[in-house]
Amino acid sequence: MGTGTEIGRVRGLGAAKSGVGHWWHQRVTAIANLALLLWFVFSLVRLPSLDYVTVVGWLRQPVAAIPMLLLIVSVFYHFRLGVQVFIEDYLHNEGTKLLALLALNFYALGGAAAAVFAVFKIALGA
Amino acid sequence: MAEFSLPTNSRIRSDGKRYPAPAGAKRTKAFKIYRWNPDDGANPRYDSYELDLDTTGPMVLDALIKIKAEVDPTLTFRRSCREGICGSCSMNIDGTNTLACTQAIEDIKGEVRITPLPHMDVVKDLVPDFKHFYAQYASIKPWLQTVTPAPADGERIQSVEDRSKIDGLYECILCACCSTACPSYWWNSDKFLGPAILLQAYRWLVDSRDEMTGERLDALEDPFRLYRCHTIMNCANVCPKGLNPAKAIAEIKKMMVERAV
Repeated sequence: MGTGTEIGRVRGLGAAKSGVGHWWHQRVTAIANLALLLWFVFSLVRLPSLDYVTVVGWLRQPVAAIPMLLLIVSVFYHFRLGVQVFIEDYLHNEGTKLLALLALNFYALGGAAAAVFAVFKIALGA
Repeated sequence: MAEFSLPTNSRIRSDGKRYPAPAGAKRTKAFKIYRWNPDDGANPRYDSYELDLDTTGPMVLDALIKIKAEVDPTLTFRRSCREGICGSCSMNIDGTNTLACTQAIEDIKGEVRITPLPHMDVVKDLVPDFKHFYAQYASIKPWLQTVTPAPADGERIQSVEDRSKIDGLYECILCACCSTACPSYWWNSDKFLGPAILLQAYRWLVDSRDEMTGERLDALEDPFRLYRCHTIMNCANVCPKGLNPAKAIAEIKKMMVERAV
Protein backbone atom coordinates (compact mmCIF):
# COMPACT_ATOMS: atom_id res chain seq x y z
CA MET A 1 0.00 0.00 0.00
CA GLY A 2 1.47 3.31 -1.07
CA THR A 3 1.43 5.04 2.30
CA GLY A 4 4.72 6.77 1.57
CA THR A 5 3.24 9.34 -0.78
CA GLU A 6 0.24 11.69 -0.61
CA ILE A 7 -1.40 10.18 -3.70
CA GLY A 8 -0.71 6.69 -2.32
CA ARG A 9 -2.47 7.58 0.92
CA VAL A 10 -5.45 9.02 -0.98
CA ARG A 11 -5.74 5.93 -3.20
CA GLY A 12 -5.35 3.79 -0.08
CA LEU A 13 -7.14 0.44 -0.22
CA GLY A 14 -9.28 1.63 -3.13
CA ALA A 15 -13.03 2.19 -3.25
CA ALA A 16 -15.17 -0.22 -1.20
CA LYS A 17 -17.55 -0.60 -4.21
CA SER A 18 -20.46 -0.26 -1.82
CA GLY A 19 -22.45 2.58 -0.36
CA VAL A 20 -25.18 3.04 -2.92
CA GLY A 21 -27.24 0.25 -1.28
CA HIS A 22 -26.90 1.87 2.14
CA TRP A 23 -27.85 5.28 0.77
CA TRP A 24 -30.81 3.96 -1.21
CA HIS A 25 -32.16 1.81 1.64
CA GLN A 26 -31.99 4.79 3.97
CA ARG A 27 -34.22 6.79 1.56
CA VAL A 28 -36.61 3.90 0.96
CA THR A 29 -37.05 3.21 4.68
CA ALA A 30 -37.49 6.97 5.30
CA ILE A 31 -40.47 7.00 2.92
CA ALA A 32 -41.81 3.77 4.43
CA ASN A 33 -41.44 5.21 7.95
CA LEU A 34 -43.35 8.32 6.97
CA ALA A 35 -46.27 6.36 5.48
CA LEU A 36 -46.37 3.75 8.25
CA LEU A 37 -46.04 6.26 11.08
CA LEU A 38 -48.89 8.33 9.65
CA TRP A 39 -50.96 5.15 9.51
CA PHE A 40 -49.97 4.34 13.11
CA VAL A 41 -50.85 7.75 14.52
CA PHE A 42 -54.14 7.99 12.59
CA SER A 43 -55.11 4.48 13.68
CA LEU A 44 -54.50 5.24 17.34
CA VAL A 45 -56.37 8.54 17.12
CA ARG A 46 -59.37 6.80 15.55
CA LEU A 47 -59.61 4.21 18.34
CA PRO A 48 -62.54 4.86 20.71
CA SER A 49 -60.13 4.78 23.66
CA LEU A 50 -56.50 3.98 24.35
CA ASP A 51 -56.99 1.51 27.18
CA TYR A 52 -55.23 -1.87 27.17
CA VAL A 53 -58.17 -3.96 25.97
CA THR A 54 -59.03 -1.65 23.05
CA VAL A 55 -55.44 -1.35 21.78
CA VAL A 56 -54.72 -5.07 22.11
CA GLY A 57 -58.02 -5.85 20.38
CA TRP A 58 -57.05 -3.51 17.56
CA LEU A 59 -53.58 -5.03 17.19
CA ARG A 60 -55.02 -8.55 16.98
CA GLN A 61 -56.51 -7.77 13.56
CA PRO A 62 -54.27 -8.62 10.57
CA VAL A 63 -54.90 -5.15 9.06
CA ALA A 64 -53.22 -3.66 12.14
CA ALA A 65 -50.65 -6.35 12.97
CA ILE A 66 -49.12 -6.54 9.47
CA PRO A 67 -48.43 -2.79 9.03
CA MET A 68 -47.20 -2.76 12.63
CA LEU A 69 -44.63 -5.46 11.81
CA LEU A 70 -43.58 -3.52 8.71
CA LEU A 71 -43.26 -0.34 10.79
CA ILE A 72 -41.05 -2.11 13.32
CA VAL A 73 -38.74 -3.57 10.68
CA SER A 74 -38.53 -0.30 8.73
CA VAL A 75 -37.89 1.86 11.80
CA PHE A 76 -35.20 -0.42 13.25
CA TYR A 77 -33.48 -0.81 9.87
CA HIS A 78 -33.57 2.96 9.26
CA PHE A 79 -32.23 3.53 12.78
CA ARG A 80 -29.38 1.08 12.18
CA LEU A 81 -28.43 2.75 8.89
CA GLY A 82 -28.56 6.25 10.38
CA VAL A 83 -26.60 5.54 13.54
CA GLN A 84 -24.01 3.67 11.46
CA VAL A 85 -23.35 6.89 9.54
CA PHE A 86 -23.05 8.79 12.80
CA ILE A 87 -20.52 6.27 14.15
CA GLU A 88 -18.47 6.33 10.94
CA ASP A 89 -18.48 10.14 10.97
CA TYR A 90 -17.23 10.65 14.49
CA LEU A 91 -15.45 7.51 15.75
CA HIS A 92 -12.01 7.34 14.20
CA ASN A 93 -10.37 4.68 16.37
CA GLU A 94 -10.84 1.43 14.44
CA GLY A 95 -11.34 -0.65 17.59
CA THR A 96 -13.92 1.67 19.14
CA LYS A 97 -15.66 1.99 15.79
CA LEU A 98 -15.93 -1.78 15.38
CA LEU A 99 -17.28 -2.22 18.93
CA ALA A 100 -19.83 0.57 18.41
CA LEU A 101 -20.98 -0.95 15.11
CA LEU A 102 -21.30 -4.39 16.73
CA ALA A 103 -23.33 -2.94 19.62
CA LEU A 104 -25.52 -1.04 17.16
CA ASN A 105 -26.24 -4.13 15.05
CA PHE A 106 -27.00 -6.28 18.09
CA TYR A 107 -29.27 -3.61 19.57
CA ALA A 108 -31.15 -2.97 16.31
CA LEU A 109 -31.64 -6.66 15.59
CA GLY A 110 -32.49 -7.52 19.21
CA GLY A 111 -34.89 -4.60 19.58
CA ALA A 112 -36.63 -5.44 16.32
CA ALA A 113 -36.87 -9.13 17.28
CA ALA A 114 -38.40 -8.28 20.67
CA ALA A 115 -40.95 -5.91 19.11
CA VAL A 116 -41.84 -8.39 16.35
CA PHE A 117 -42.26 -11.13 18.95
CA ALA A 118 -44.57 -8.88 20.99
CA VAL A 119 -46.81 -8.21 18.00
CA PHE A 120 -46.96 -11.92 17.13
CA LYS A 121 -47.79 -12.75 20.73
CA ILE A 122 -50.70 -10.30 20.75
CA ALA A 123 -51.94 -11.14 17.26
CA LEU A 124 -51.67 -14.91 17.54
CA GLY A 125 -52.04 -15.35 21.31
CA ALA A 126 -55.19 -16.70 22.88
CA MET B 1 -13.14 10.71 18.17
CA ALA B 2 -13.42 13.68 15.91
CA GLU B 3 -11.54 16.59 17.50
CA PHE B 4 -13.80 19.37 18.67
CA SER B 5 -11.19 21.51 20.40
CA LEU B 6 -7.87 22.83 19.18
CA PRO B 7 -4.74 20.80 19.96
CA THR B 8 -2.43 22.45 22.52
CA ASN B 9 0.01 23.71 19.90
CA SER B 10 -2.80 25.36 17.92
CA ARG B 11 -4.37 27.36 20.77
CA ILE B 12 -4.20 31.04 20.07
CA ARG B 13 -2.14 33.09 22.50
CA SER B 14 -3.38 36.49 23.51
CA ASP B 15 -0.22 38.57 23.12
CA GLY B 16 -0.64 39.55 19.46
CA LYS B 17 0.84 42.82 18.24
CA ARG B 18 -1.19 45.94 17.49
CA TYR B 19 -0.32 48.26 14.64
CA PRO B 20 -2.31 51.51 15.05
CA ALA B 21 -3.64 53.51 12.12
CA PRO B 22 -1.37 56.23 10.76
CA ALA B 23 -1.83 59.63 12.39
CA GLY B 24 -4.51 61.74 10.74
CA ALA B 25 -6.44 58.77 9.30
CA LYS B 26 -10.15 59.60 9.19
CA ARG B 27 -11.76 56.32 8.12
CA THR B 28 -10.00 53.40 9.79
CA LYS B 29 -10.66 49.67 9.86
CA ALA B 30 -9.01 47.01 12.03
CA PHE B 31 -7.82 43.74 10.52
CA LYS B 32 -7.26 40.97 13.05
CA ILE B 33 -5.06 38.43 11.31
CA TYR B 34 -3.99 34.93 12.31
CA ARG B 35 -0.21 34.65 12.56
CA TRP B 36 1.84 31.49 12.91
CA ASN B 37 5.46 30.98 12.09
CA PRO B 38 6.77 27.39 11.93
CA ASP B 39 10.30 28.61 12.70
CA ASP B 40 9.78 30.24 16.11
CA GLY B 41 8.11 27.28 17.84
CA ALA B 42 5.46 29.55 19.38
CA ASN B 43 1.70 29.10 19.33
CA PRO B 44 -0.35 31.16 16.86
CA ARG B 45 -1.58 34.64 17.71
CA TYR B 46 -3.77 37.37 16.23
CA ASP B 47 -2.04 40.55 15.12
CA SER B 48 -4.22 43.60 14.71
CA TYR B 49 -3.57 46.11 11.94
CA GLU B 50 -5.48 49.38 11.65
CA LEU B 51 -5.56 50.79 8.15
CA ASP B 52 -6.63 54.12 6.69
CA LEU B 53 -9.45 53.13 4.32
CA ASP B 54 -8.99 56.33 2.32
CA THR B 55 -5.62 55.04 1.11
CA THR B 56 -6.60 51.34 0.84
CA GLY B 57 -8.15 49.56 -2.13
CA PRO B 58 -11.71 48.23 -1.80
CA MET B 59 -11.06 44.52 -1.33
CA VAL B 60 -9.69 42.53 1.61
CA LEU B 61 -6.77 41.45 -0.59
CA ASP B 62 -5.93 45.12 -1.15
CA ALA B 63 -5.71 45.51 2.62
CA LEU B 64 -3.47 42.44 2.98
CA ILE B 65 -1.14 43.67 0.22
CA LYS B 66 -1.02 47.12 1.84
CA ILE B 67 -0.16 45.62 5.23
CA LYS B 68 2.61 43.51 3.70
CA ALA B 69 3.98 46.40 1.65
CA GLU B 70 3.73 49.21 4.19
CA VAL B 71 3.26 47.86 7.71
CA ASP B 72 4.56 44.33 8.26
CA PRO B 73 6.51 42.53 5.50
CA THR B 74 6.49 39.27 7.51
CA LEU B 75 2.75 38.71 6.88
CA THR B 76 2.46 35.65 4.62
CA PHE B 77 -0.43 34.83 2.28
CA ARG B 78 -1.02 33.49 -1.23
CA ARG B 79 -2.35 35.67 -4.00
CA SER B 80 -2.02 35.97 -7.73
CA CYS B 81 -4.71 37.15 -10.14
CA ARG B 82 -6.61 39.52 -7.79
CA GLU B 83 -9.81 38.96 -9.79
CA GLY B 84 -11.30 35.69 -8.53
CA ILE B 85 -10.01 33.37 -11.22
CA CYS B 86 -6.87 31.77 -9.74
CA GLY B 87 -8.22 30.68 -6.35
CA SER B 88 -4.97 31.45 -4.53
CA CYS B 89 -6.23 33.89 -1.89
CA SER B 90 -8.92 31.65 -0.38
CA MET B 91 -9.09 32.17 3.38
CA ASN B 92 -11.60 32.56 6.18
CA ILE B 93 -12.74 36.17 6.37
CA ASP B 94 -15.20 37.25 9.06
CA GLY B 95 -16.12 33.61 9.67
CA THR B 96 -16.75 32.63 6.05
CA ASN B 97 -14.41 30.96 3.58
CA THR B 98 -14.02 33.16 0.53
CA LEU B 99 -11.52 34.82 -1.79
CA ALA B 100 -9.82 37.87 -0.31
CA CYS B 101 -9.73 39.48 -3.76
CA THR B 102 -13.50 39.44 -4.31
CA GLN B 103 -14.53 40.21 -0.72
CA ALA B 104 -15.25 43.92 -0.31
CA ILE B 105 -14.02 45.45 2.95
CA GLU B 106 -17.12 47.62 3.24
CA ASP B 107 -19.36 44.54 3.36
CA ILE B 108 -17.83 43.51 6.69
CA LYS B 109 -19.10 45.15 9.83
CA GLY B 110 -16.56 46.02 12.52
CA GLU B 111 -13.17 44.39 12.81
CA VAL B 112 -12.17 42.09 9.92
CA ARG B 113 -10.97 38.76 11.34
CA ILE B 114 -8.91 36.69 8.92
CA THR B 115 -7.76 33.11 9.50
CA PRO B 116 -6.48 30.37 7.17
CA LEU B 117 -8.99 27.95 5.65
CA PRO B 118 -10.36 25.85 8.53
CA HIS B 119 -9.09 22.38 9.38
CA MET B 120 -6.10 22.44 7.06
CA ASP B 121 -2.50 22.14 8.21
CA VAL B 122 -0.96 25.60 8.21
CA VAL B 123 2.31 26.22 6.40
CA LYS B 124 2.64 29.82 7.66
CA ASP B 125 0.17 32.59 8.63
CA LEU B 126 -2.66 32.43 6.06
CA VAL B 127 -1.07 29.74 3.88
CA PRO B 128 -2.62 26.27 4.27
CA ASP B 129 -1.10 23.00 3.05
CA PHE B 130 -2.89 21.85 -0.13
CA LYS B 131 -0.88 18.65 -0.73
CA HIS B 132 -3.67 16.29 0.33
CA PHE B 133 -6.35 18.30 -1.51
CA TYR B 134 -4.35 18.19 -4.75
CA ALA B 135 -3.65 14.45 -4.34
CA GLN B 136 -7.40 13.91 -3.96
CA TYR B 137 -7.95 15.95 -7.14
CA ALA B 138 -5.38 13.83 -9.01
CA SER B 139 -7.08 10.65 -7.74
CA ILE B 140 -10.28 11.34 -9.72
CA LYS B 141 -8.26 11.50 -12.96
CA PRO B 142 -9.40 14.97 -13.99
CA TRP B 143 -8.82 14.59 -17.70
CA LEU B 144 -10.74 13.26 -20.69
CA GLN B 145 -10.61 9.45 -20.88
CA THR B 146 -11.93 7.59 -23.90
CA VAL B 147 -11.92 4.21 -25.59
CA THR B 148 -12.43 5.76 -29.01
CA PRO B 149 -9.14 7.02 -30.45
CA ALA B 150 -8.94 10.76 -31.01
CA PRO B 151 -10.10 11.84 -34.51
CA ALA B 152 -7.09 12.13 -36.78
CA ASP B 153 -8.08 15.41 -38.34
CA GLY B 154 -9.94 17.44 -35.79
CA GLU B 155 -11.43 17.89 -32.36
CA ARG B 156 -13.82 15.65 -30.49
CA ILE B 157 -17.16 17.18 -31.38
CA GLN B 158 -19.64 18.14 -28.66
CA SER B 159 -23.11 19.58 -29.28
CA VAL B 160 -24.03 22.94 -27.79
CA GLU B 161 -26.53 21.15 -25.57
CA ASP B 162 -23.95 18.64 -24.30
CA ARG B 163 -21.45 21.42 -23.73
CA SER B 164 -23.99 23.27 -21.59
CA LYS B 165 -24.04 20.31 -19.18
CA ILE B 166 -20.66 21.31 -17.78
CA ASP B 167 -21.78 24.88 -17.14
CA GLY B 168 -21.73 25.48 -13.40
CA LEU B 169 -18.94 22.90 -13.09
CA TYR B 170 -16.07 23.97 -15.30
CA GLU B 171 -15.93 27.35 -13.53
CA CYS B 172 -14.56 25.74 -10.34
CA ILE B 173 -11.15 27.23 -9.55
CA LEU B 174 -10.20 24.68 -6.84
CA CYS B 175 -9.83 27.31 -4.15
CA ALA B 176 -11.06 24.76 -1.54
CA CYS B 177 -13.43 27.25 0.14
CA CYS B 178 -16.23 24.65 -0.11
CA SER B 179 -14.28 21.59 1.04
CA THR B 180 -12.83 23.37 4.05
CA ALA B 181 -16.30 24.68 5.01
CA CYS B 182 -17.69 21.13 5.08
CA PRO B 183 -17.94 19.47 8.53
CA SER B 184 -17.81 16.04 6.89
CA TYR B 185 -14.54 17.05 5.25
CA TRP B 186 -13.23 18.36 8.58
CA TRP B 187 -13.84 15.01 10.32
CA ASN B 188 -13.03 12.62 7.47
CA SER B 189 -10.87 14.38 4.89
CA ASP B 190 -8.46 11.42 4.92
CA LYS B 191 -11.03 9.43 2.92
CA PHE B 192 -13.94 11.73 2.00
CA LEU B 193 -13.11 13.55 -1.23
CA GLY B 194 -15.04 16.67 -0.27
CA PRO B 195 -17.29 18.96 -2.33
CA ALA B 196 -14.65 20.53 -4.59
CA ILE B 197 -13.18 17.24 -5.77
CA LEU B 198 -16.62 15.62 -6.15
CA LEU B 199 -17.84 18.58 -8.23
CA GLN B 200 -14.77 18.10 -10.41
CA ALA B 201 -15.49 14.36 -10.61
CA TYR B 202 -19.03 15.14 -11.78
CA ARG B 203 -17.65 17.54 -14.38
CA TRP B 204 -16.03 14.49 -16.07
CA LEU B 205 -18.95 12.14 -15.38
CA VAL B 206 -21.31 14.44 -17.26
CA ASP B 207 -18.96 15.27 -20.15
CA SER B 208 -20.45 13.77 -23.33
CA ARG B 209 -16.96 13.06 -24.72
CA ASP B 210 -15.76 11.00 -21.76
CA GLU B 211 -16.24 7.24 -22.05
CA MET B 212 -14.98 6.07 -18.63
CA THR B 213 -18.15 6.92 -16.69
CA GLY B 214 -18.50 3.41 -15.23
CA GLU B 215 -14.89 3.29 -14.09
CA ARG B 216 -15.22 6.77 -12.61
CA LEU B 217 -18.35 5.74 -10.68
CA ASP B 218 -16.58 2.56 -9.51
CA ALA B 219 -13.80 4.66 -8.03
CA LEU B 220 -16.31 6.86 -6.18
CA GLU B 221 -18.63 4.15 -4.88
CA ASP B 222 -17.42 4.09 -1.33
CA PRO B 223 -19.03 4.88 2.04
CA PHE B 224 -16.37 7.52 2.62
CA ARG B 225 -15.17 8.89 -0.72
CA LEU B 226 -18.68 9.92 -1.82
CA TYR B 227 -21.24 9.05 0.83
CA ARG B 228 -19.81 11.15 3.68
CA CYS B 229 -21.71 14.01 2.04
CA HIS B 230 -24.76 14.58 4.25
CA THR B 231 -26.14 17.53 2.26
CA ILE B 232 -25.07 20.08 4.87
CA MET B 233 -24.86 22.67 2.04
CA ASN B 234 -22.07 24.83 3.50
CA CYS B 235 -20.28 24.21 0.18
CA ALA B 236 -22.99 25.92 -1.86
CA ASN B 237 -23.25 28.74 0.69
CA VAL B 238 -19.59 29.70 0.57
CA CYS B 239 -18.56 29.07 -3.06
CA PRO B 240 -17.09 32.41 -4.20
CA LYS B 241 -17.92 31.47 -7.80
CA GLY B 242 -21.59 30.85 -6.96
CA LEU B 243 -21.41 27.15 -7.86
CA ASN B 244 -23.37 24.38 -6.18
CA PRO B 245 -21.14 21.39 -5.29
CA ALA B 246 -23.97 19.83 -3.23
CA LYS B 247 -26.07 19.57 -6.38
CA ALA B 248 -23.20 17.98 -8.31
CA ILE B 249 -22.79 15.42 -5.51
CA ALA B 250 -26.54 14.72 -5.56
CA GLU B 251 -26.25 14.11 -9.33
CA ILE B 252 -23.43 11.59 -8.72
CA LYS B 253 -25.60 9.81 -6.14
CA LYS B 254 -28.42 9.73 -8.71
CA MET B 255 -26.08 8.13 -11.27
CA MET B 256 -25.07 5.53 -8.66
CA VAL B 257 -28.72 4.65 -8.03
CA GLU B 258 -29.49 4.66 -11.75
CA ARG B 259 -26.95 1.93 -12.42
CA ALA B 260 -27.82 -0.13 -9.34
CA VAL B 261 -31.61 0.05 -9.05
